[in-house]
This record gives sequence, structure tokens and C-alpha cells, in this order.
Amino acid sequence: MSTIVVTQSLPETRSSPAFRFAMLLPGGLVTFLLILFALGLVFFLAFRGNDGSLLGAGFTLANFVTVATDPLYWTVTLRSLGIAGLVTLATVVTAYPVAYYLAFHAGRRRGLLLFLLTLPFWTSYLLRVFAWKIVLAYNGVLNSALIESGIWSEPTLAFLNTPAAVVVTLAHAYSPFAILPIYVALDTIPKSLLEAASDLGAKPFTSFRRIVLPNSMPGVLAAALVVFVPTVGDYVTPALVGGPASTMIGTLIQAEFGKANDWPFGAALAVAVMLVILAVVLVVRFADRRYGSRT
Amino acid sequence: MNTARLDAKQGGGWLGAYVLAYLVFLYLPILLIPLFSFNNSIQAAFPLQGFTLEWYGTLVGNSALSGALATSLVIGAIAATGATLCGITVSYMDLYGRSPLAATISAIARLPILIPGVIVGISLLILVNLAGFGPSRIAIVLGHVLVALPTTVVVMRSRFAAIPKTIREAALDLGASDWTTFRRVMLPLSLPAIISAFMLAFLTSFDEFIVAFFLAGTEPTLPLYIWSQLRFPKSLPTVMALGTAILAVSFVIAALAEILRHRGLAATRRPAPASLSKPEETERGELQWHST
Repeated sequence: MSTIVVTQSLPETRSSPAFRFAMLLPGGLVTFLLILFALGLVFFLAFRGNDGSLLGAGFTLANFVTVATDPLYWTVTLRSLGIAGLVTLATVVTAYPVAYYLAFHAGRRRGLLLFLLTLPFWTSYLLRVFAWKIVLAYNGVLNSALIESGIWSEPTLAFLNTPAAVVVTLAHAYSPFAILPIYVALDTIPKSLLEAASDLGAKPFTSFRRIVLPNSMPGVLAAALVVFVPTVGDYVTPALVGGPASTMIGTLIQAEFGKANDWPFGAALAVAVMLVILAVVLVVRFADRRYGSRT
Repeated sequence: MNTARLDAKQGGGWLGAYVLAYLVFLYLPILLIPLFSFNNSIQAAFPLQGFTLEWYGTLVGNSALSGALATSLVIGAIAATGATLCGITVSYMDLYGRSPLAATISAIARLPILIPGVIVGISLLILVNLAGFGPSRIAIVLGHVLVALPTTVVVMRSRFAAIPKTIREAALDLGASDWTTFRRVMLPLSLPAIISAFMLAFLTSFDEFIVAFFLAGTEPTLPLYIWSQLRFPKSLPTVMALGTAILAVSFVIAALAEILRHRGLAATRRPAPASLSKPEETERGELQWHST
């Protein structure tokens, strides 16, 4: 009898309220105050008029009307989506073979390779962008190397301050983000599926197309998401290597909270970005469900 | 079967070359910074002009730089402590708390990866102004706790999940309270992961620019100092010397964190190898790269 009682009360029901409270407090404070409440403030501010005070005055939809009707914001938003989309496509497509190699061919070198591929992620993002600035500059590494080797006689302005420079720099900066989710998805594909396919006469490419690719789609989608989100709001890379022709939505938000000093309007832009991201997340969720029947 | 394996091997050869090229693409731009930091020219261009340590000399005795370094170190240490504490408690309660609240907190704690840095920055800027203290060191600490939180939660979660459930149950069976079980059993078992999470959180904070840009008061962090120097072409070599030092420190800390994390995981993997390959532990998600 007593043993039954003991096993039934194990292990969670015995946890003391004080312990639970103490353990939930730090995370609760951070998540509810710093994340949810702070984001709530952004939403709140987006519906306020700008009178120079911290929380604005009155309730208005004017900020959103401006965002929706001014062609400038459409241009910049579409450009941000275009650049972030290209970066996402480039990182995912180039990262897939690397992840594939890691999952199926790396063998004993896997640990070392994983480490080498993730190491740049832990180095300064600013320095990685700065490195591209010195590569692409007018009297920079690429130009001087091309002249030195006799391929070109004159330095070209064509590299720096272009949207292409932003795409290359961001793709380089976020590549480790893409490799790991794809690798994890590939690594969890049961090897028996591949053996069964080859036993049943499938050519390697067929089993890749029919088994590996569909089964790795959740990883591909997760990779696309973690690359897309930080790039769509980026303002450092456009500022350093993009020039005026590649102003992105993050640049505008930063300006509203800086020089322009119209916080409510900046908040409305931020809400617009979050809505765009939400839409992308929902699309990814939908796509994920289509591939959701993994075994 | 045999031919298939042969094909796979050949494919592996091509893929191997591709991976090598990819690594070159990954590292080449970064390695240019150290290369040109030793170059005796104000411009980062070929041909190299000769070896010099002059740019490293400009780092010494620069009070603005050492002030920024001190600020970054203090902020990094405090933010990493906060983020690690949150990572430990959030992931522990997520796994063992069995409450919807704990699961919700854990889900929200991983949310910052889905919010662009610029929005994290402005939302905290509004918050700290509302709270009264405005942009300051404390504000940056709060921002960096948020930025590092997904990392610490994922590192700690994969660590706690790798500890066999029976160990915790045995402690509770033998009459240990929750608190004792947590402090005397689970924390010591996950110590390598805690140190690893702390180091990664420190690195995240130390290198973080986007959020700090909005939250800095009068004392810039090291990345903000670098940003302010980028406007002056004359100070580029100094930035490269400083960047080289930062890269070297980052590489060393990241390598140590990685070694610790693997050692910690390997220690528990041996007794229960089967339980690790279960699908729920490789819950596919944004940050699952730490599950290796």
C-alpha cells in the first residue's frame, strides 16, 4: 500500500511551491517583461501620435496609413524582402551539399568539420561585415588583386555599395545558420530507408530525390527561417557595404529611432516587419505540414 | 548494394572538394583582417607592403579603446551570468516542471531568434526609457541577456535531456528534495554545459553590435567603438589590429566551449546510448545545431 502511494507521488507532485517559484522566476521575468511586455510596448507605440514624449499622444492609425500608402516604404520593404529572399536562397542552396556531406560522408572528420563550420558564427558579426568592406572597396583587396594579376587594368567601383554586395556579405555572415538545421534533419533520416531504396533498385539520384530531399525539407525550412529573419531587419550590412541604393527596412527603423526621432512611426515600421515575418513563418509552417509525415 | 556504396564514395569525393571550397569561402574574408593588420600600409590592398607591428602599437595606451574593452568585459560577464542562470532554470523546468507555464516560458525564451536585432533593440530602448534609467550599461546587459538566451536554453536543454532520467528519479526516491536534487545532482552533472553556455553567452555579448547600438549610453562597448572608428579611413589599420585580437580571443573561447560541451555530452552518452537517438530529443527546430 505504502509503496503504491510513494510511486504515485513520484516525482513531480512532491515539488515544493517555493522551489517551483524560484526556478520559474528568472526565466519568467525575462520572457514576460523583456520579451512580451517590451514587444507589447512597440505595438502600443505604433498606434500613437508623435508629440516628442516617450509614449506619444492620442490613438491614431496614421502611422500605418503612411507605411501602407507611401511608395518609399513599399520600395524599401520589397527590396528588403528581395535581398533577404536572395540571401536565404543562396545560403540554403550552398549549405545543403555541405550538410549532406556532414551527414553521409564525413565519417570521423564530422566533429572537426562541424566545429570549423560553426566557428565563424561565434566571431564578431561586425568584423565579418568589415572584412567584406575591405575586400570590395575601390582600392580594396579584390580590385588590387585583379589588377595585380593583370585581369583588369583599372579598379572598378562595381563591387562596393551595390545590393549584390549586401547579398554576398549577408550570405557569408549567415551561412552557419543554414548548415546546422539541414544537417540535423539529414542526420535523423533512418539509414534503413536508404538501404531499402537501394535494395529495391533505386538509383542514388532517385533515392536522393524521393527520400533524402523530402525528409530533409523540415531542416531546409528551419534553415530558411533562421537566415531570413535576421537578414530582413539588418541595417549594419547595408550601411557598411550597401550604399544608398540598398537601404533596407532595418535602416529606416533605426533612423526613426535616431536622427528622425519619430518613435511611433519607427514602431509602426517594426510592427510591419514583424507582420511580414509572421506571414513567412506561417507559410513555412504550412509547407512544413505538407512534409510533416516523417517516420 | 556494392555499386551504390561505390557511387556514394565517388560523390563523397566531389562533395569533399566542395566542402573544402566552402570552408575557404567562409574563412578567407575573415583571415584578410589578420593578414592586413601586419601590412605596412594604410590601405588594405595587394601587393603587401611589408611586415609591421606598428598598428598593434597604436592599440596600447589608447584610453577610449581600453575603456570600451572594460565596458564590454563587464557587460559580457554580467549578461552571460544572467543568460546562463535563465538558461539553466528555464530548460530544467521545461523538462521536469511539467507545467504549461514552464513550457510557455521555454518557448518564449527561444523566440528572440525569430525577432530581428533591430526590433529587440528598439523594444528594449522603449522599455528602459519607461523604466527611467534609459540607455546605459544596464540596458545593454538586458539586451544581451535576451540575445544570448536562446543559445543558453538550447545548450542546457540538450544537456539536461542527455542525463538519464533514472538518476534524478533515484535521488527523489531516496528522499532528496527538489532543491537538493537540482543542486547536488543535476547541476554538478551538467557543469561542463553550464561553463560552455556561459562562454558562448559571453562571446555573444562581447561581439554583439546591433542591439547595443540602440541601448548604449555614454560608454560604448568594443563593437560600438570599432563602428565609430570605421568612419575614419586613417584608423582602418588600427581596427584591423584590434579585430585580429578580438578574432583570436573569440576563436579560443569558442573552441574551449565546444570542447567542454562535447566532453559533457560524451560523459553521459556512454551509459545510455540508445535513449539519445529518440526523435523527441532531436526535436527539429531553429537552434538544434547544438544537439550534436
